[in-house]
Amino acid sequence: MAIGNSKHNADSGGKIDQPEWTDGLKQLYDSVVDEPLPDTFKDLLAKLDDSDTAGPDHPGGDQ
Amino acid sequence: MSSDKKPARSAAEKADFKRELTEVVPHLRAFARGLCGRPDMADDLVQEALLKAWAAQERFEPGTSMRAWTFVILRNAYLTDMRRNRFRGEYDETVAERILTAPAGQEEPIHLSDMHRALLTLPPERREALLLVGAGGFSYEEAAQICGCAVGTIKSRVGRARAALNSMLAEGNIPQRSIKDDTAHRAILEELDDVAAGMGVAAIKG
Repeated sequence: MAIGNSKHNADSGGKIDQPEWTDGLKQLYDSVVDEPLPDTFKDLLAKLDDSDTAGPDHPGGDQ
Repeated sequence: MSSDKKPARSAAEKADFKRELTEVVPHLRAFARGLCGRPDMADDLVQEALLKAWAAQERFEPGTSMRAWTFVILRNAYLTDMRRNRFRGEYDETVAERILTAPAGQEEPIHLSDMHRALLTLPPERREALLLVGAGGFSYEEAAQICGCAVGTIKSRVGRARAALNSMLAEGNIPQRSIKDDTAHRAILEELDDVAAGMGVAAIKG
């Protein structure tokens, strides 16, 4: 339950009444953003260009 | 120039689109994981959204927010999949514990799994509103556009979501929202119907 440890948002510009878990929520999101991108995504992004050249309507490309 | 149809994108524009799309992938993954709980399913969802975004790239207005645009696509894909029962609100606590504990460099482990579990017990429309505003850093106005609803509605959803999390996390009382229970499951699906009903499908249809 360390989410509840006391941390005041004194540096966040005035919204002092935010509960501590708001940091946790942001952290939850940022922890995923900061993960290295799995290869499956790199592959997919790389394939987008190919699919574009081949054209989605022409699935019978040579490759 | 003043025709309704947009000209086909130039190679440079496509390259820009691709670059921007690539940049938002980590954000899409984070949003998806918050929405559906399971990292593997979240990534499947992101891949689906990326393909849809690529196919619909001519509808993207250069200079507008790629993150907001792709979130709409991701959200619609999620709602569609949810209504097909693909996710069934599954949540694997062990996986979550391993993946969601604080990242390296964090002195004190924060139990993000508690946070995440609490988040997943929220009704979907409140959960997504809180994710967009509280985690994704979108303004209320941007979140309203993404969800296709009024700004006041988003404010109200975020407020209710915060209140619910406050009470759950403060009291350490995070209810299980059993999806095996027929009544609960039907309620979840009905909520999804509500969420899906008024949506900002403006950017992407089906």
